[in-house]
Amino acid sequence: MSLATPLLAVVATMVFGGALFAVLGKDPVQAIATIFWEPLFGEFAFFYRPQLLIKGAPLVLIAIGLSLGFKAGIWNIGAEGQYIMGALFGAGVGLAFYPMESAFIFPLMVLAGAFGGWLWAMIPAILKVKFGTNEILVSLMLVYVAEQFLASMSLGLLKNPEGFGFPGSRNLQQYASAHNAELITGTGMHWGIVAALVAVIFAYVLLARHQLGFAIRVTGEAPRAARFSGVNPTRLVLFCLGMSGVLAGLAGMFEVSGPAGQVTIDFNVGYGFTAIIVAFLGRLHPVGILLAGLLMALTYIGGDIAQSQLGLPAAAIQVFQGMLLFFLLALDVLTNYRLRFGAGEVV
Amino acid sequence: MTQTPLLSLSGLTKAYPGVVANDDVSLQIAPGEVHALLGENGAGKSTLVKMIYGLVKPDAGSMQMNGAAFAPSEPRAARAAGVGMVFQHFSLFDALSVAENIALGMEQAPKMSDLSAQITSVSDAYGLPLAPDRVVGDLSAGERQRVEIIRCLLQEPKLLIMDEPTSVLTPQEVEILFKTLRKLSAEGTAILYISHKLEEIRSLCDAATVLRLGKVVGECTPSETSARDMAEMMVGSTLRTPKRAEGETGEVVLALKGLSAASPSAFGMPLRDVSLDVRAGEVLGIGGVAGNGQDELLAALSGEMRVQADMVAVKGVAVGALGPTPRRAMGILTAPEERLGHAAVPDMSLTENAMLTGMAREGLAQNGLLNWTAAKDFAERIILKFDVRTPGPANAARSLSGGNLQKFVIGREVMQRPELLVVNQPTWGVDAAAAAAIRQALMDLAAGGAAVVVISQDLEELMEISDRFAALNEGRLSAPEPTADLSVERIGLMLGGAHGMEVAHV
Repeated sequence: MSLATPLLAVVATMVFGGALFAVLGKDPVQAIATIFWEPLFGEFAFFYRPQLLIKGAPLVLIAIGLSLGFKAGIWNIGAEGQYIMGALFGAGVGLAFYPMESAFIFPLMVLAGAFGGWLWAMIPAILKVKFGTNEILVSLMLVYVAEQFLASMSLGLLKNPEGFGFPGSRNLQQYASAHNAELITGTGMHWGIVAALVAVIFAYVLLARHQLGFAIRVTGEAPRAARFSGVNPTRLVLFCLGMSGVLAGLAGMFEVSGPAGQVTIDFNVGYGFTAIIVAFLGRLHPVGILLAGLLMALTYIGGDIAQSQLGLPAAAIQVFQGMLLFFLLALDVLTNYRLRFGAGEVV
Repeated sequence: MTQTPLLSLSGLTKAYPGVVANDDVSLQIAPGEVHALLGENGAGKSTLVKMIYGLVKPDAGSMQMNGAAFAPSEPRAARAAGVGMVFQHFSLFDALSVAENIALGMEQAPKMSDLSAQITSVSDAYGLPLAPDRVVGDLSAGERQRVEIIRCLLQEPKLLIMDEPTSVLTPQEVEILFKTLRKLSAEGTAILYISHKLEEIRSLCDAATVLRLGKVVGECTPSETSARDMAEMMVGSTLRTPKRAEGETGEVVLALKGLSAASPSAFGMPLRDVSLDVRAGEVLGIGGVAGNGQDELLAALSGEMRVQADMVAVKGVAVGALGPTPRRAMGILTAPEERLGHAAVPDMSLTENAMLTGMAREGLAQNGLLNWTAAKDFAERIILKFDVRTPGPANAARSLSGGNLQKFVIGREVMQRPELLVVNQPTWGVDAAAAAAIRQALMDLAAGGAAVVVISQDLEELMEISDRFAALNEGRLSAPEPTADLSVERIGLMLGGAHGMEVAHV
């Protein structure tokens, strides 16, 4: 059942999304085909397929981290902020060495990116374990703090001194030691994608075979039983929020040093929030998240194509993506409960 | 009894997928009669009363009230027809007052001052003293039950259904309750009384119907039938009483010294200066009415609640500040009262639940990596040794019946060779055969040289298996006394008497 609902949700989204496109005066079959077929097998697939990995990797990387906490009932909603901080820390370290060339710079940036994300996630974690604050609110509000921080950095400290006054940092793509370059030309494969795949395997082993993963699952299902079995809730909160912060920070760092290239005011595009959808669409299961991340990336790319080729409004594409989560949640309810029409019995 | 019966059931049948809960059940209750409904867990008692109370619709059969057809579609209809029910588990809000709680359950609640006056007059009339403005969270279990009873009496029922009313009461409180019930019966209110406690039924009830596997298997007049005969009617076979092997007691295993701790929950009971020695080879029974510190005591022993290190010592080592995992490594094992969600994870398999507490002592994990093959093997050994009825270890804990899951939970700890085992309510809601098996396992464990602490509200159980008995009352523990010398009155006094409630002057 839990395997069938995501597939059914995709089908339902196609049907109702198609109806929506038809009402907008577009050919529904062509629109759906453009979104799902064109990026993979169309004329320009050679260009779009690498994009799939590039857009999917940060989603998967962040969603894997979030899923660990979600499984234990620890709700990090602020991955977007941790993603920004990872990018700023990573780019900051790289730019500090400019223009020195050394093989140590990129690994240092990776560590700095992970540290930045971890640091930002530790704020809600420590407030939660020390004062019992709600991690949902604190992590979410820290997103907006991080966005202000990003703006200040791209206009101030990290601004390109040779950038003719334009906001934004130097382009890391033009700084070999700090560039997260394509590993195999034409595939889109960069270190962030490697990291995402490693994270999937790591999370799978953790949840299936490791004591800590077992503690996470037990805590999510029955917190009292978890305490009885010896799980330390404080350490679990620190680990889950810390781990999701690290992975979101890494995603931000790989993005800024690779596909994005530079720190700009509008560097973040919502990967941290979309990853929440990806985590649930993937059933909080590592392999499911991998597939869900690729699917979300596909609707992004296909949606872009449909916008430019068919003139579909951007809002319609967003509605289409929203439907996916809506149908998944609705079908979930229907697999667990039955609809009964008419007057209910009062018990 | 030639008069028209108040309630008459004929041929009631109710089937659920895979089980017939009630099969052609008929019985009659006369006005003013106290009628006992007997049977093991799963015999169909609750389904039957739920049909009378309108919570469940029968598949076949009919009911008559005062000679007229009676088929309540919902509890409101049953209440309107004069049926009141006091459930085993109270549905009260701790933070509200008595009068507010009662008003919440009424169709049209009168003004609070009128309601308070009504409550006072009913409570005086029936010898159930209760102040309407007290907050329920501060009441004892006996007083909470009074709130439920008064809530029913305000509707002036003709039939009052009581589901295991005495399981949470001290002997003195039971006496007060019985006086009230006898007064009601004398005024013509019929009472349908569900209980496992056969001696109570013998002293209170006029007639009894025995159910087994959903069928009526016998009727009797309790005052003329021995408790043993009634028990055998319920079980359908001869009862085997657990036997205690005589053993020497050894060195002190568990020593509590001035254990005091605040309760982790808002309406919990703090532990107050609890001191105690338990020796190897001994079973210590701790009695007491629920909510007097049992959960807190278990948490302090399991390590879920940390206390000052020297307040809890096991074999001379101060362990009060340690968490559950290091305590387990030392052989301190526990089984909490709540099976689902505390002792076991409902939606996880038995293999995973075996891993839950067996990880350290059974060597199910190396360097943090879990060995699921070994865990499955451990689960299978528990299932085999403790006769847990389940298709296999891959089944979820939730799918087991209460008794079977309890056997699994107790078995899981017993099989890990504890030096000290602490269990809370080991046979709560478990049928007689499973309860006997669990008690036997606990006694065998003590005979093998472990120290065993049994916390329970079932006094008969404690008398049967424990060497010494102590009572928890308001978070304080009485000095333990040898079980052999104790009388019921003495136990009642140790449990705190009637909790300061006056005996009713009826």
